[in-house]
Amino acid sequence: MNLAIDGRQAFAYTAAHALEPAKHTVVFVHGAGLDHSWWGLQSRYFGYHGCNVLAVDLPGHGRSEGPPLPTIGSMAQWVGKILDKENVKSAALVGHSMGALIALEFAARYPERAERIALIGVGYPMKVSAAFLEAAQKNDPSAYDMETIWGHAPQTPFGGNPNPGMWMYGDTLARLARLAPGVLYNDLAACNAYAAGLESAAKIGCPALFILGGRDLMTAPRNAHSLISKIKDSKAVEIRPSGHSLMAEAPDATLDALIEFILGAS
Amino acid sequence: MAGPKYPGFDTLALHAGQSPDPATGARAVPIYQTTSYVFRDSAHAASLFNMERAGHVYSRISNPTVAVLEERMAALEGGVGAIATASGQAALHLAIATLMDAGSHIVASTALYGGSHNLLGYTLKRFGIETTFVSLRQPENFRKEIKPNTRLLFGETLGNPGLDVLDIPAVSKIAHEAGVPLLVDATFTTPYLLKPFEHGADLLYHSATKFLGGHGVAIGGVLVDSGRFDWEKSGKFPQLTAPYSGFHNMDFEEESGTRAFLLRARREGLRDFGACMAPMTAFQILQGIETLHLRMPRHVESTRKVVGFLTSHSHVEKVLYPENEDHPDHSLAKRLLPKGCGAVFSFDIKGGREAGRKLIESLRVFSHLANVGDAKSLVIHPASTTHYRMSDEDLKKAGIGAGTIRLSIGLEDVQDLIDDLDRSLRAAQK
Repeated sequence: MNLAIDGRQAFAYTAAHALEPAKHTVVFVHGAGLDHSWWGLQSRYFGYHGCNVLAVDLPGHGRSEGPPLPTIGSMAQWVGKILDKENVKSAALVGHSMGALIALEFAARYPERAERIALIGVGYPMKVSAAFLEAAQKNDPSAYDMETIWGHAPQTPFGGNPNPGMWMYGDTLARLARLAPGVLYNDLAACNAYAAGLESAAKIGCPALFILGGRDLMTAPRNAHSLISKIKDSKAVEIRPSGHSLMAEAPDATLDALIEFILGAS
Repeated sequence: MAGPKYPGFDTLALHAGQSPDPATGARAVPIYQTTSYVFRDSAHAASLFNMERAGHVYSRISNPTVAVLEERMAALEGGVGAIATASGQAALHLAIATLMDAGSHIVASTALYGGSHNLLGYTLKRFGIETTFVSLRQPENFRKEIKPNTRLLFGETLGNPGLDVLDIPAVSKIAHEAGVPLLVDATFTTPYLLKPFEHGADLLYHSATKFLGGHGVAIGGVLVDSGRFDWEKSGKFPQLTAPYSGFHNMDFEEESGTRAFLLRARREGLRDFGACMAPMTAFQILQGIETLHLRMPRHVESTRKVVGFLTSHSHVEKVLYPENEDHPDHSLAKRLLPKGCGAVFSFDIKGGREAGRKLIESLRVFSHLANVGDAKSLVIHPASTTHYRMSDEDLKKAGIGAGTIRLSIGLEDVQDLIDDLDRSLRAAQK
């Protein structure tokens, strides 16, 4: 659906269903440089299994008008505005990578609105290498290569894609090619600068699930330990063969973990 | 700026799309000779049908062996994904049927394989899809024929029969300015010699029967999507950007972004038209692809030697090969095809139709048949075979001379090929 936030067009995928007040809502927040379609299989499942779905395109991504927002905090605020616009009082939030930091920050800022949070492919601090930042700042194609290659497990070029006939590297590169200049840098800089992770994690009162890729080259599972230890009601699932792009590399295992965490509780 | 590196072409040709079989550890790609796949339970079945989970349902839609070929070709071409089809013609039809309805229009190069020309010029016309053919030598010809209902520009990377080179950067620019994609038939070049997506093409397909399979044992096609064309922005493709009642009101672009075209092509095109590839065929073509990077350089090397021999032969009227300076697309070929212009080309023998017939009948190493891209060298004389009913004048209009001979250079000892041609050229003049 298209909606206006702060006078700019915003988009959220709803799995072709109108939102119904009686249903639980699941909000999906994508990672750096990506969009709602990254959640294709998972968001569709929840939309067809009794939930309202809002898989957002952050400003400057996918179908949402730019410019991109500069900080994790401002992105979390923007997610809150989406919920306000749709009269959603509270929701489960599912975030990937940068989106996981946004979900964390949202739950810390608006504890009454976060029923539970699933943080996928997350680590803290989410530091980005100087070379990656520099390449992204210059809109150099090598930045897209870094995002693509480090964003998947090392065996990805040789492994079969669970989604028949699709080439994961090619798909990521094609998505990144659609980005406006500067958007990837904006996102990476926001992740790199985010310093409130431990403080925000300590404020989380709702259940939290960490879904981590055992072969993640960007956010290795050990880098999530500091956040996990700060959240009282937290649980972690490690999907061993997957890299950072868990929704594409291990779609079923990721979905199963989300189903148990979200639908198992409702 | 230095960054992490992708695996090289040769490595992808051998590995992309496949890891050792998790069930058995088999290193070679297993042939999953099965029509269907057992569901874990009813909920799993429903999720697969509703595209909430990845996996296989029925081999007309997808098959694990075929999926390895599809993923490998997408990797070699730099696309988002691919769909393997029953033939190259099925791939062309699938692309067109996915993108347009009755009332749509295509602008295509005249330099096309005869089967493609038949499909566009006659068969699709019956279904309300019109095609205007233009000479590709002036890319602006494509622009001149674009109409409000044009939905596709189309050409071959190396066109039939004169190896006309498609100026992909120029034609793709014209296509994109008109808000339509450029589809290319890349059969003659393969991704080893040319990667059309790097030059601006949006969609491509191969007759995998030819150099990809490489051994003349299996008929197949592969349709690959770059994922770079923005269907939503174009606004001309409601097939991909509006809810479709034929598939749960799915808006394919909204649902899957870069994968919209392949999603509809697979979920509608393979489902309804059914021109899928068999797993055994996929296995055979995969065996060919595993040596593509070894075969293509040899094909090109031998072709250059044969072209050189024929160019200076007293019984040869002319040789049409873009690496020759007298070919009209010589400079374009140098720019787009630095690794070579493939292994299929034509030459005109002095003496016309009769000399052509005699040449064919004198050859011993070359096989006289209607195919190209085999490991074995092949030959055909259109005026006495595929086009034998046509007058010399009509042949000329089709760009074919009465003495035009088409060769597909294989992997034999090149001196044997040259000797065979030399002896037969002399015999043809008697």
